[in-house]
Amino acid sequence: MRPGVLSIIIFILPFCFGLSSPPYTPTPATPYGSHADIPIYNFDSLEPLLSTDSESIHIVNFWAMWCAPCVKELPLLEQYKAKYPDASVLLVSLDFPEDIETKLKPFLKKKGITLKVALLDDPDANRWIDRVDPNWSGAIPFTIIFDNKNRSFHERPFNDLPDLEQTINNTFKNR
Amino acid sequence: MRKMKLIQLALILFSGLFTAVNAQAQGRPGPPRGGGGGGHNPEQTETLQDMKGYKIGDTATDFRLKNVDGSLFSLSDIKNAKGYIVVFTCNECPFAKMYEDRLMALHEKYAPQGYSVIAINPNVSESNDRESYAAMKKRAEEKKFPFVYLADEGQKIVSQYGALRTPHVFLLDQSLRVQYIGTIDDNSRSAESVMVKYVENAIEALKKGEAPSPNFTKAIGCPVKLS
Repeated sequence: MRPGVLSIIIFILPFCFGLSSPPYTPTPATPYGSHADIPIYNFDSLEPLLSTDSESIHIVNFWAMWCAPCVKELPLLEQYKAKYPDASVLLVSLDFPEDIETKLKPFLKKKGITLKVALLDDPDANRWIDRVDPNWSGAIPFTIIFDNKNRSFHERPFNDLPDLEQTINNTFKNR
Repeated sequence: MRKMKLIQLALILFSGLFTAVNAQAQGRPGPPRGGGGGGHNPEQTETLQDMKGYKIGDTATDFRLKNVDGSLFSLSDIKNAKGYIVVFTCNECPFAKMYEDRLMALHEKYAPQGYSVIAINPNVSESNDRESYAAMKKRAEEKKFPFVYLADEGQKIVSQYGALRTPHVFLLDQSLRVQYIGTIDDNSRSAESVMVKYVENAIEALKKGEAPSPNFTKAIGCPVKLS
């Protein structure tokens, strides 16, 4: 009976754990291949996704539907993920939250983009651009390639898949 | 009695976990500061930053560009100017659009004080009907721009100034020295939510004979389509 009380408390603990997280907790990342739910982040909640403890390849790409060179390179990232399924690829959209349902989701569907997409809604960009990379001017596309030990920043669109692969290989040449 | 102890134990366990979670939240690893180090190898190749542009204190070039009214315009055409709010902007970029009204307000407020807005479209292109000279003319008429809206054909001026995105402001003083480079204010999405008006603050500093602070800010904007 008494150990029962303890086990109930232990059972409840994970829920308390959940309650103790910051108020701006984004919804969990969308399952691969589905854009049923595109989480909205501010910079503070996005920042943990820009680093990892893992040894696997991570790519975070800042883009927007209104950015022509960004839109042009999305298929490259899609091709990369198809070729290297272990890589973690996140598209951080700088589009506007009110456009998610009406524009962003139809856009992703039309373009055949199945990569994970999150939306960064944090208008005071001067506050956070340097926190991503002090050398970043704020122009997009902007891509971060990293694992737990290596990291490179790219303020340019990739030309083609070999260009992206070469850039990734250069980032991890020491591992 | 045993029950009390159990509840006490559970409470201790619970509060310990709570603290651990908070500590973890505070210690979350962010991206490396200052461009890396410690095994990170930041790389900047083929970036727009390789493009030469003005730095604070440089003397900007005057120009002769076609305005939407058909005339050619130079900074020297503004009589009794105390400074110049040169802004690279365009027709279609959502950020440029969000700032149109604010640029108009800036001009209405500061042109009488000697600081006019000079809007330059570095993306003007006859092959893009949304950024063509005719489209610029139409937009200027629709919005009743009180300032000049110039076509930087051949992108000669944008490459000298080094504007990377639209809108991108270069505030010049009376002798064309660059005094502020950056964004208009700290909230592109909502004029009502603006906390810091960077350009206005910079102009107010110039009026007092002081150096603007900050004199450089960053923003998300549409990339200038360099051809």
